[in-house]
Formats: sequence, structure tokens, C-alpha cells
Amino acid sequence: MIDRDSPVTEDELHSYVDGELPADRRGAVDAWLTSHPEDAARVAQWRAQADAIRVRYGTVALEPISARFDLDALTRGARSWRAVAAAAVVMAFLAGGVVGWMAHAASAAAPSRFDIFTTQALDAHRVYVVEVRHPVEVTGAERPHLVQWLSKRLDYELRIPDLEQGGLKLVGGRLLPGPFGPAAFCMYEGPSGERFTIYYARTDSPQTALRYRAGERAAAFYWVERGLAYVVSGPPDRERLLNVAQAAYDQIDKGASQARP
Amino acid sequence: MGGFRQDIEAAVPALRRYARALTRNVELADDLVQDTLVRALRSEHLFHGGDLRSWLYTILTNLNRNRLRSLARRPAVQTISDNDASDMAGPEAGERDIERALASLAEDQRAALLLVVLEGLTYREVAEVQGVPIGTVMSRLARARAQIKAYLDGERPTLRRVK
Repeated sequence: MIDRDSPVTEDELHSYVDGELPADRRGAVDAWLTSHPEDAARVAQWRAQADAIRVRYGTVALEPISARFDLDALTRGARSWRAVAAAAVVMAFLAGGVVGWMAHAASAAAPSRFDIFTTQALDAHRVYVVEVRHPVEVTGAERPHLVQWLSKRLDYELRIPDLEQGGLKLVGGRLLPGPFGPAAFCMYEGPSGERFTIYYARTDSPQTALRYRAGERAAAFYWVERGLAYVVSGPPDRERLLNVAQAAYDQIDKGASQARP
Repeated sequence: MGGFRQDIEAAVPALRRYARALTRNVELADDLVQDTLVRALRSEHLFHGGDLRSWLYTILTNLNRNRLRSLARRPAVQTISDNDASDMAGPEAGERDIERALASLAEDQRAALLLVVLEGLTYREVAEVQGVPIGTVMSRLARARAQIKAYLDGERPTLRRVK
């Protein structure tokens, strides 16, 4: 009885929010909050803060683990890995950020289409795969609308492959400003949260075979087919990425030869 | 002693998450994690049972504190984060709010809050990691939460928080 009436302290409110409150005080705090709206508001704020922190940083734990954390390599000598990491940082710098690619595309000494498209696709990949709430503009549930919308904006009949056979669900897609006009960007998600993306942009470059580009946190396969450049990006596991790219390629190719005259 | 390595390996994703939130900088955070792993592997003989995860958080927290101390002795030339370049972006504004609010905290308060809400450590574990009594952990938590609220209230009077 004394328990129920004794005033709730701020420490108890924190313990309540963090699940540290002894079970026999929970009821008392619940009751206290219904009659003390200011404390209830504080509790709600603290929870919202915690949610915001988890939303912002929770996905870091899902990012692919780069080779620099390989324990055997670390035991052999941290120094050499530092050098590799430093080189990777320099590379990332050269490749430029989301904003950097524009300047890059405009000013660098004639980078190839391969460089331009894979840089932009990898940048978009890195930016959007970590998004929890807004990874896409149109979700995979609205696939017909997504295809129609992006096709219209690119003025090209896009094929968004179904990769469910490989365990990848379509999260959805978005429009991106591309170096030579709008680009389309679709995201897929695997069972353990790993994400793959496909980037589409119109190009005048001739048909190419699959080409690989490795980055520190993501890698990409690039090809051009019938005036459209494709970049499939994902975690830097070459075998897996190749399978995904191949599956996408096969479907897009097949769809193209079946549909329309 | 294969278990020791496996346990360390299993903790890497969580360590990266904690380090990222602690430093708000990808490269710094991964450097910290790498240094933590190197230190842990070297000190395997010093680890006498107990909770390996807490031990790793302890190493990382201390390394970060040392880093900040040596930074403080040097003139600061630190760029906050590349996110600042994309100030025009809409949906991520709320996420940058919390990032900046975290940046406004004292280091020990930030670590205490992150260990509790992001890493799910108990107050007792945080006390061990920080080497302070539980009461100190609680006052750090309280100050951190009050400061974040004050920051968010002051920064954006009409805060677009989703929930």
C-alpha cells in the first residue's frame, strides 16, 4: 500500500522506460502516469528519443562486414590493414559523394560511361540502403504503378525483374536525377535484411557485357542493353552479386525479346 | 579457445553500430572498432570470463575517450559529417536532428545513453563499462535526455517528428 502511494521519482521514470524497474513498482508508475500528464509526456519524449536513435543507427549492424574486421588479418598485423583502409578512404573520396558526382561528371577528364553510371549507382545505393523509413518513393506493393511511372519518366519501357526466386523481395523504387537525365532506382531485400539495388539510365553507349566494380562497402555489376545502362549493386560478395545480376539480366533480356515488336 | 574469437566476431556488428552513434562518423567509427578488435585479441589473456560484450564496449568506450583527449590537446580540424552537405534532403531531416542532438551531449552522457537505448545494456553493465556507480549512470542518462529535449525544442520549435 505504501508502495502505491509513495511518489514516483525521476530515477524510477528512467528505470520504467529502460525496463529496469522492479516488477512490483510497475503498477505504481502506471497509475502515477495517468494522474501526472507532465511525467507521462516526459516518458513519451524519452521513448521517442530512443526510437529516433534506434532508427538512425540500428541498421549499421546490418551493414556487410568489410574485410578490415577479419580477425585473422588483424592478428597478422593491424598496420597493413590500416594502409588498405586508408587507400579505400582515398578511393571513396575520388569517387565522390552524392553531390560530388555532378562535379565529377562535369569536370573530370572524360570519365567513361561505366565510371559515371556505377559511381552514381553506388552512391545512391549507399545512401538509400540504410534508409529505414523512406528507402523508396513507391513500394513494391504497387509494382504496376512503379513500372509505369518510372518508364514514363525515362521514356523507356523498363523491366523491373522479379527476384523472389533468389529470395529477394522488391522493396520498391524511386526516381533519381541522373547525369544525362532522369534515372530509375529499384531496391530489393533479402531474408536477413541485405539489400540490392538496380539502377537504370538511358545511354547512347553500345551494348556491353557484364562488368564488375568493387567498392569498400558495396560492389556493382554494369551492363548496357538496347540503349539502357543497368547497374546492380549490393554487398561486396562477388559471387552472390553476380547471381543477382545474372538473374536480373536474364529476366530483362527475356522480357525484351518476348514483348513488343 | 576458438569460442573467444567467435564471440568477438559475433560482436562486430553491434560494436560498429555503437561506434557509429558515438562518433557520428563512418571512418572514425570503423577505426575505433578495428582498434578495439586488435586490443581485444592482444589482451585475450587478460580476459577472465565475465561478459565479453561488456568488455568490448569498455575497450571501445575507453579508446574513444582517449581519442577525444588527444584531440583536445590539438587544434581541432574535424569535419562533423558528410551528411551536412545534403542539407536539402527532406525525409532525413528528423534523423539529422537526433544526430545533432547526440553531438551536443557530453561524451560520458552520450555513451551512457547509447549503451542503454541502442545496445540494450543494463544500468549495472553500463556502470561497469564506464567504471562508475549506478547512480552516476542514472544521472548521466537523466542529463542526456534533458539535453536532447532542450536541443530539439530549441533547434526546431515545430519539430517534424514522426512519433
